[in-house]
Amino acid sequence: MLSHIQTVNSKLTTANCIHMSGNMNLTLKVWRQPNNDTKGSFVNYPAQNISPDMSFLEMLDVVNEDLVKKGEDPIHFDHDCREGICGMCSLHINGRPHGPKQAITTCQLHMRSFKDDQTITIEPWRATAFPVIKDLAVDRSAFDRIQRAGGFISVNTGGVPDANAIAIPKPVADEAFNSATCIGCGACVAACKNASAMLFVSAKVSQMALLPQGQPERYKRVQAMVAQMDEEGFGSCTNTGACEAECPKEIKITNIARMNRDFFTAKFFKQEEA
Amino acid sequence: MSKLKNTFSSSLGKKLIMALTGLFLCTFLVVHLIGNLQLFKADGGKAFNDYAYFMTHFTPIKVVSYLLYTSIIVHALYALMLTLANRKARPVSYGAYAGSANSPWTSRNMGILGTVLLVFIVVHMSNFWYEYHWGKVPFVEYRTDLTTGQTTQTELAAADFKDYVKYIDNGVEITRAKDLYATTAFAFQTWWLVALYVLGMAALSFHLIHGFSSAFQTLGWDHKKYVPLIKMIGIWGFGVLIPLAFAAMPLYFFFCI
Ligand code: HEM
Ligand code: SF4
Ligand code: FES
Repeated sequence: MLSHIQTVNSKLTTANCIHMSGNMNLTLKVWRQPNNDTKGSFVNYPAQNISPDMSFLEMLDVVNEDLVKKGEDPIHFDHDCREGICGMCSLHINGRPHGPKQAITTCQLHMRSFKDDQTITIEPWRATAFPVIKDLAVDRSAFDRIQRAGGFISVNTGGVPDANAIAIPKPVADEAFNSATCIGCGACVAACKNASAMLFVSAKVSQMALLPQGQPERYKRVQAMVAQMDEEGFGSCTNTGACEAECPKEIKITNIARMNRDFFTAKFFKQEEA
Repeated sequence: MSKLKNTFSSSLGKKLIMALTGLFLCTFLVVHLIGNLQLFKADGGKAFNDYAYFMTHFTPIKVVSYLLYTSIIVHALYALMLTLANRKARPVSYGAYAGSANSPWTSRNMGILGTVLLVFIVVHMSNFWYEYHWGKVPFVEYRTDLTTGQTTQTELAAADFKDYVKYIDNGVEITRAKDLYATTAFAFQTWWLVALYVLGMAALSFHLIHGFSSAFQTLGWDHKKYVPLIKMIGIWGFGVLIPLAFAAMPLYFFFCI
């Protein structure tokens, strides 16, 4: 809620902050790149009088307001909900996706996580499969195409079924729900030294593989989604665990084990359903 | 058939090959270590030379050894293929990359560690495997008095050696063999070779601290009880005990013999 209010009042807040003590002055080392076909480079910007209570994106808003006032091109970055649920915000901050904190998105990162006078390096997610749109904004539609390849269940819409008509053990439901919390942000790809999308794909495979409704297409789905993942040019997994450590939703790499299991089952043991 | 082809051309299929060849190499390590422990027997190398003959002449073991050579080559080739593909997946690297904040060093350096291992394997094979088959290994005769258990040994001239034999004559067991033990003892008088072997075993340690449990993750194991067990075996068994025991061999010959 707090971040909501701050977002709405961001202009007001910054205006009020100007004479407040405890504000920070920072140097931003920002990746600027006009488009995917042009080489990018780092450009330094001062970020002055930044309240430690601002979110990282609000800090960038302040810097951008300044740039616009000076007639310069503002820094492009992705964002939408600004409360950690949509997965739109990205940014590789000081060498880590979503910055130095665990289990949050960049919109949930506060400037109090940094020190006064610090230099902050800000880069886009870097992956062949995520081409740069502009500056820090990358095209993550590769994820959409993987989803379209199999990340769904085919059901008839009809009358509302009875509650609990389909029994699902609680631990299984919990596990499926945990997998389903993936917001498709791409931090796992950004963190992985191989730019592998295994954590994302395995979360999307798992959320359905675990539930009864997901069974009819279970083995078809995993093969189709893995094939699309490879097609998009993501790297392969070497089980470093970087994805799990950086995922804002704490998706576990046990999902990857589950996906591998289903994939090999489909390929080697399940002729009739595959 | 085309299904198999597209299984192994997928990233997961390639990983499966890495994991299976890697684990096969791990089982070999255990057998190799048990055999090599004969080096520590103070019997003038008799047990070790018997073992070397057995390993090179027992047909099932010979078959497995060709499987092993194939595994090493396939493992290294797929490692190269995957590493190149992974490079391509991120053509522009990060200006700042804090890998150590989210993943263990070993897991990020499997390719480098594997390359050190490959160099080691080539040197190791030319030191012993090549020498034993085609090189100049000395010959030895052991005479063991079966009532007293006393063994004496004499070096044999190449002219006096036809083939490995073991027979009993008048209560004395006579063994004539290629003296790979002497070759080993001689090789490990060279300090840099000893250093190279110790370095190779350090690389093996780090490669397997990550690799052993990683292979099971690739195969799809996520059992609450067994995965911690696999991690323990990977770290303490394959990461510590086995490389230490192997590294002890050149050090033993350099410092104690
Ligand atoms: C010939 C030299 C070698 C090279 C170039 C090499 C390279 C690699 C690479 C790049 C990986 C992938 C990293 C990963 O998946 O995390 C790997 C995995 C592995 N390697 Fe090696 N390696 C070599 C030798 C060995 C040896 C001698 C062993 C065992 C005695 C071994 C056991 C393993 C295991 C168990 C894995 C894990 C497979 C997996 O993660 O699915 N490797 N190796
Ligand atoms: S698995 Fe985690 S890091 Fe990857 S896309 Fe989903 S939420 Fe983001
Ligand atoms: S903007 Fe929606 S998660 Fe950050």
